[in-house]
Amino acid sequence: MTEEIIIAGFGGQGVLSMGKILAYSGVMQNKEVSWMPSYGPEMRGGTANVSVIISDERISSPIINQFDTAIILNQQSLDKFEASVKPGGYLIYDPNGITHEPTRKDINIYKIAATAKAQELGISKVFNMVVLGGFLKLKPIVDKQYIHEGLEHSLPQRHWNLIPQNEEAIEIGKGIIEAVQTL
Amino acid sequence: MARELKLMKGNEAIAQAMIASGTDGYFGYPITPQSEVMETLMAEKPWETTGMVVLQAESEVSSINMVYGGAATGKKVATSSSSPGISLMQEGLTYLAGAEIPCVIVNVMRGGPGLGTIQPSQSDYFQSVKGGGHGDYQLYTLAPASVQEMYDFVFDAWDIAFKYRNPVLILSDGAIGQCMEKLYTRDNIARWTEEERRQHAPWGTWGKPAARGHNIITSLELESARQEVFNHKLQAKYAEMKEKEVRYETINCEDADYIFVAYGSSSRIAMKAMQMAREKGIKVGLFRLITLFPFPTKQLAEVAKRVKGILCVEMSAGQMIEDVRLATECNVKTEHFGRFGGIIPTPTEVLEALENKIIK
Amino acid sequence: MANKDIEARRQELLNDGYTEVYTKTKVLTDAVMHYCPGCGHGTTHRLIAEVIDEMGIQDKTVGVSPVGCSVLAYNYFDVDFQEAAHGRAPAVATAIKRLNPECYVFTYQGDGDLAAIGTAETIHAANRGENITMIFVNNGIYGMTGGQMAPTTLVGMRSATTPYGRRVDLNGYPLRMTELLATLPGTYYVTRQSVQNPGAVRKAKAAIRKAFENQKLGKGLSFVEILSNCNSGWKMTPVAANKWMEDNMMPNYPIGDIKVDGKIAEGITAERLVLDHPLTVMQ
Repeated sequence: MTEEIIIAGFGGQGVLSMGKILAYSGVMQNKEVSWMPSYGPEMRGGTANVSVIISDERISSPIINQFDTAIILNQQSLDKFEASVKPGGYLIYDPNGITHEPTRKDINIYKIAATAKAQELGISKVFNMVVLGGFLKLKPIVDKQYIHEGLEHSLPQRHWNLIPQNEEAIEIGKGIIEAVQTL
Repeated sequence: MARELKLMKGNEAIAQAMIASGTDGYFGYPITPQSEVMETLMAEKPWETTGMVVLQAESEVSSINMVYGGAATGKKVATSSSSPGISLMQEGLTYLAGAEIPCVIVNVMRGGPGLGTIQPSQSDYFQSVKGGGHGDYQLYTLAPASVQEMYDFVFDAWDIAFKYRNPVLILSDGAIGQCMEKLYTRDNIARWTEEERRQHAPWGTWGKPAARGHNIITSLELESARQEVFNHKLQAKYAEMKEKEVRYETINCEDADYIFVAYGSSSRIAMKAMQMAREKGIKVGLFRLITLFPFPTKQLAEVAKRVKGILCVEMSAGQMIEDVRLATECNVKTEHFGRFGGIIPTPTEVLEALENKIIK
Repeated sequence: MANKDIEARRQELLNDGYTEVYTKTKVLTDAVMHYCPGCGHGTTHRLIAEVIDEMGIQDKTVGVSPVGCSVLAYNYFDVDFQEAAHGRAPAVATAIKRLNPECYVFTYQGDGDLAAIGTAETIHAANRGENITMIFVNNGIYGMTGGQMAPTTLVGMRSATTPYGRRVDLNGYPLRMTELLATLPGTYYVTRQSVQNPGAVRKAKAAIRKAFENQKLGKGLSFVEILSNCNSGWKMTPVAANKWMEDNMMPNYPIGDIKVDGKIAEGITAERLVLDHPLTVMQ
């Protein structure tokens, strides 16, 4: 198993930390992982993205240009990465702020209204975990118990009291993801 | 820190390895994409645990001269920077080499020339192994290709630095520096005791006991005849490194018709391109350089005898290729492929380059 | 005379009933100094060596020499020594002291090294309050490279690169590094002294002693400027050069303490810190 993922959105949406939690969960499940961010001025107010690879084998390049799954959280990222999804791959996007829907016919497309749901429930801080939940529903590549350990390793100990809320958000995300187009 | 499995950035791994390898001091100056090295050290506060000194200098010029001062006392002193900062350090590096001071320098390369970009690049190869500063000197140069190697090579660097009384350069780039991967940490090695320091660095300037003459650290010699003798001694040391300390890795080279030669993050991309090529039925191998100086000349020449072509992959306009052609004496078709200015080539591009430049 | 001959002659004189009233300190080596006769470097070296000897810290002292006339200082002091790149001695000393806090660390630098190419290192070492001693020999000129203009060259003063005298409109003003450093909270003791006569030498030695004693207190940087002639660079006899120094250097660079025990010294007014630079006429 090798899953190559891009997560992209605005800086401040928790893109990098979502990737880190996913990657750390992979580490805890004894998978090979890599986490490669965009960095520098791009991160400040602009778009942020991170490529995460989780695999059963030694990872060759952490830098990749074709993805099994693209998790897209704004229009710029959709414009930039829709074409990079491998044929037959998955594109997951949050419709918040999206004006031009994805158009590819050779990929699976899913929608997750995580921004709206998180606002409704007053859990905007863990919005990114709602999105992660949606992804894990489609691609259960890491087990629940390792997600818990991944959270423990990713969050400073003073924030461990927030882990249950993060896990709840993941469950919410699993419940609200909906198919737009499946192959 | 005891032996543990972690997920960590390459830059953080450098910082953690410095603490764990018993480094006595780190002097640095912020520059993207390596600022996490000093940020991690400052957050870890090793002065409270191992006694390691960490100081933010006013410039890279100062930080390398702090390395010179501290390391000349026989302690393990390191710095890190990125390309423009490393350019500023060249004066200090040639003094360190000229005074034969062991130390560790990390360059997390970014695109140039000038202020360039902050994205990854490998265009400092010439600067690293063909001088950089003035005079005939060499830095032992290690090129890590993973977060684990970023960590492990700091330990290796100390061994080489003190064995040969020579500065060691860890030449990385923004991709490995910023990337997070799995890392197995090691048990901490204690910082040297006073006795150990004196034993490892009897030449150090820690204060002259009555029983010995004063130790002088200098790279100045006004007598040309003596300076020539000294240069011969340096060259002999570099020759010994070439003989004994070459490191490289070969993957799938046994049956390969073609090989990629690459180091650092380019070698990871080339490895992916190699896998893609093999899926298409093209027998490709990877010769990965681990030491850039000393260059694995003989070892590469041996592999090159059995192949039809070599593609050098480097995020530059083609620097390493010169040493590859020297090693093979141009007996094999050898071309360069690279993107530069901070653009990272994709595995697909690398494979296409092999097909278009070498196989065709 | 070879060193062993000197020692033999010394014994002979002692045996003949002579009393030894002055001898070279053991902290200076027997190497023959290359400094020009009459230059202040030799005397300043001796004073530092005497202080190290008297304080009993020879085994704990590390010196840092600059690039310039005193580049070979390491040959003359019998203590561990490092030779820094041009201007970088304060950075070098910073790390020696931070990694070896039990050591007494001093830099020995000229005006080109400290006040031109090494300005950043000097100011930042002072501003961090590095617990070191800096000795700054100011002769208003680049001695070693053949008498070019230094940042401290006086207005109107001739040098190899100001053959018609330094012009403010072209070269700017002489830099008073010592006054500048006194205003930084990181400095604990800042003074300007000279070594052209016995009285001045005694005061300079007391200042150097204080600057080394301060390292025990750990309160910050001690900075001792020593005005010196550069008789060969100024193209004068040593005696004339000392007179010229008193008449011309001292009005621009007044002698005395500027900061003591972390406080601006008595009598040092704002006007004193920002003195005008009188035009100097050099024949």
